[in-house]
Amino acid sequence: MTVLNLLVLVCLLYVVLLFGVAFAADRAARIGRASWLRSSAVYTLSLSIYCTAWTFYGAVGFAARSGLEFVTIYLGPTLVMIGWWWTLRRLVRVGRSQRITSIADLISSRYGKSNLLAVLVTVLAVVGTTPYIALQLQSVTLSFAAFAKAEPSPTALPDMQSTALWVAAGLAVFTILFGTRNLDANERHHGVVMAIAMEAVVKLCALLAVGVFVVWGLSGGIGATLARIEASPIARFEVSGSRWVGLTLLSAMAFLTLPRMFQVLVVENEEDEHLRTAAWAFPTYLMLMSLFVVPIAVVGLELLPADANPDLFVLTLPLSEGRDGLAILSFLGGFSSATSMVIVAAIALSTMVSNHVVMPIWLHYSGRAAVVAGDVRTVALMARRLSIGGVLFLGYIYFRLSGGGTALAAIGLIAFVGVAQFLPALMGGLFWRGATRIGALAGLAFGAAVWLYCLFLPSFGPSVLLPQAVFDHGPWGLSWLRPRALFGTEGMDPVIHALMWSLLLNVSAFVLGSLLSFPQPLERLQGAQFVNASDRANAPGGWSGGMAQSEDLLLMAQRIMGAREAQALFASAARRQGVSGYLPEPSPDFLQELERALAGSVGAATAHAMVGQIVGGASVTVEDLMAVADEAAQIMEYSSQLEAKSQELARTARQLRQANETLTQISVQKDGFLSQISHELRTPMTSIRAFSEILRDTQDLTPDEQSKYATIIHDETVRLTRLLDDLLDLSVLENGQVDLNIQTGTLEALLDRSVRAAGGDGEGFRILRDRGSEQVELATDLDRLAQVFINLISNARKYCDAIPPVLSIRATVAEGRLVVDFVDNGSGISTDKHAVIFEKFSRIGQTKASGAGLGLAICREIMERLGGDISYLPGQKGAAFRVTLPLAEDRMAAQ
Amino acid sequence: MSPEHTPLFLARRGYRRRRLADAARVLPLFGGALFCLPLLWKGTERAGGTVQALIYVFGLWVVLITVSALISRHLSPEEQAQDSGRGGDGGAGTR
Repeated sequence: MTVLNLLVLVCLLYVVLLFGVAFAADRAARIGRASWLRSSAVYTLSLSIYCTAWTFYGAVGFAARSGLEFVTIYLGPTLVMIGWWWTLRRLVRVGRSQRITSIADLISSRYGKSNLLAVLVTVLAVVGTTPYIALQLQSVTLSFAAFAKAEPSPTALPDMQSTALWVAAGLAVFTILFGTRNLDANERHHGVVMAIAMEAVVKLCALLAVGVFVVWGLSGGIGATLARIEASPIARFEVSGSRWVGLTLLSAMAFLTLPRMFQVLVVENEEDEHLRTAAWAFPTYLMLMSLFVVPIAVVGLELLPADANPDLFVLTLPLSEGRDGLAILSFLGGFSSATSMVIVAAIALSTMVSNHVVMPIWLHYSGRAAVVAGDVRTVALMARRLSIGGVLFLGYIYFRLSGGGTALAAIGLIAFVGVAQFLPALMGGLFWRGATRIGALAGLAFGAAVWLYCLFLPSFGPSVLLPQAVFDHGPWGLSWLRPRALFGTEGMDPVIHALMWSLLLNVSAFVLGSLLSFPQPLERLQGAQFVNASDRANAPGGWSGGMAQSEDLLLMAQRIMGAREAQALFASAARRQGVSGYLPEPSPDFLQELERALAGSVGAATAHAMVGQIVGGASVTVEDLMAVADEAAQIMEYSSQLEAKSQELARTARQLRQANETLTQISVQKDGFLSQISHELRTPMTSIRAFSEILRDTQDLTPDEQSKYATIIHDETVRLTRLLDDLLDLSVLENGQVDLNIQTGTLEALLDRSVRAAGGDGEGFRILRDRGSEQVELATDLDRLAQVFINLISNARKYCDAIPPVLSIRATVAEGRLVVDFVDNGSGISTDKHAVIFEKFSRIGQTKASGAGLGLAICREIMERLGGDISYLPGQKGAAFRVTLPLAEDRMAAQ
Repeated sequence: MSPEHTPLFLARRGYRRRRLADAARVLPLFGGALFCLPLLWKGTERAGGTVQALIYVFGLWVVLITVSALISRHLSPEEQAQDSGRGGDGGAGTR
């Protein structure tokens, strides 16, 4: 077997391992055994995606060309990390409290949830990151080619393009599989993070192994290595001061603003504690990564032929010494660096593209109807998956078009300068309340334009995108606008030149724009929340709405977050407000909480727009403005407090009215029930009396007539008994005198039995079931449970007014509880009746069907005895009831 | 111990914490300035400049990491500091 074949095999095994690790971590997280996944160590390791293939291979090349200067790329992030108390802490806190999904989301959110700003940031991020992804693909193909060249028979030279295509496709599959499991971008991608942490360890070990081999294996110890460095072409410390300082600053800025770094630093962060560890652990990682770079570069320059590519020394040095195993390890290190960067960059960019470009367009074209009726969740997930594919495809296209030439090698720093343009808007937004949307827009636009003109477009070389004449004489012969010598600053390093001018103009436009413009109320509110993030944990509320909207909101939330999460959110909010059921009062606090939860899925700007569409009320209340306006007079504050109080009172009054209404209704029903029960008792009694009199007094009855009358008497007594049984049953249940007869059986068998007893499936009444989900072992009083099911099914049969009536029964198991939903397609039960349907004697409307209104009351009592619950589930198409029951283990544990 | 001592004890803890936070803020500035120091050596025409700069940069790196680790370890988040401060009320001054 040749080395190349071995390499392909090892590579495939490594990929399988990556998928396995990601899958196992996701699984562990799902079943709740993932506390170690949230450790500081994993967080620190995930930060290592800063070290891409560009740094893994390129650092040595950088050192071989210009000595110690490479180290600046690592010094910047080191300084940022050890200065975490200043910037990162605030960034992470704001990110958590505002449920930020990406850097575009943060900037847009800070400046009044402006989508235009988000789009601008997204576009700039995509333009800056695409070449970077291409660079990673190039590094993988180049390292493959290095192995192929070392083959004794170089006939089987792999096609570079197809290697890149395979790598890009594999990465797309991995990212889509593990990066879009859940819509909420705030939830950690456990699988991805774990895989990246593993890759971080692999690349560090690989580089250290090569370094140890070079220092102790090839050079013969530390002293000998230092002597070799002194004898090497890079012995003189000839670093230009501007580049040293400039590159350190640049890498520090890029560390904060690169979309992929923002993703792992802020979005995937869970607590300050992680930051505290990473403050020293990550600089240690960086230090170890760069420790052996200079020795490898020096030994490579000495031992390898002059035409060898210094960018691949890490790989070619072990290869030329015949250490194939070490070379393969080193290849895996480079492969890890490339893949982890691409995966996280694709996740970060796809979140931005789908939240700020695709979703707003989709919402715009589908209008308000979509918010209530469409399935936003699927659309958002699909948009994100397509974006991942799109981003990787763009990277591949860029790689093909540029032909993997020298233009790519310089792209790392060019991308750094591009994303550094976010910094003024980002830091200004966090520390300066006066920063406005206009200022941020102007700064970003100027900075991006200068970057494009001075660095990005010229990077393709003269006469490719910019004609040679522009380089020599400037556009239209204006020599002070030459892209490499703006305003006559000739002789500067192009990167430093572009960095200086773009940031200078960016900051100037940002400050001037902010000083001259006047922010909108929402902007000022957001500004206050961001700048004071550390002082105030919770910001004032923003919405005001009425009760009628709760159900609409639930409908919308279900479509975005998924039914279970939305119902849980609504139910817990309702519990906190002291309301039973799933519909909380739409208080400002709740609406703000809901908007943040939605923002985790679709971004702040979109979430704000969606809640606004339904609630429609003022998004900034007087109270909020008071908090913003420092000059607020006390009298105004007082009146705003009065307003808040009166709103509170109105809400309380509404709740009281509701309670009163319930009581009145029950009282009316009780009266109604008494007359009903008298009637129900009286009717059979009358006929029993009449027919028994006939039997007694009439002499010449035929046997047929006799048996007919006796049957009638018997039927009526049976009816009477049933009614009395129900009453007795209820009173026994209510008094807690019932003995449970615990049996075991499957839910499927129980439902079969219940459906049969309630009149069966078919004949114009269809029952939809998912038998797969019903394979649940139950250990409870099956007869009692069947009684509940039968009641619910026959209720649906009796009251469902759709043609044709369909009842669907869905079973799920969540958190040790069995949840069975009975949902029909009829017109449902109106909101004002939700409160009374489980009360005794309650019958809704003058329905055709008979009954004393005891069924649901009995059901509720039974479920309470079984340790479960039955409730009405609003926000479905028809009437929907949810039965929850603890599963066996929990019951045992509880007893 | 008498209750009067407790506020002093707490205040001192708070004071220490604030100075630690100051140190955390100053550290990157110091680090940045010190990392630029090798630029000033350029004038001296001595061979082996890279080796010396290499040793200097990595040595400084290790020092910064150590100091950062020490500061971060004692710089607990505010909430925790307040909690433990309150917890210390009971056994005032025992620590």
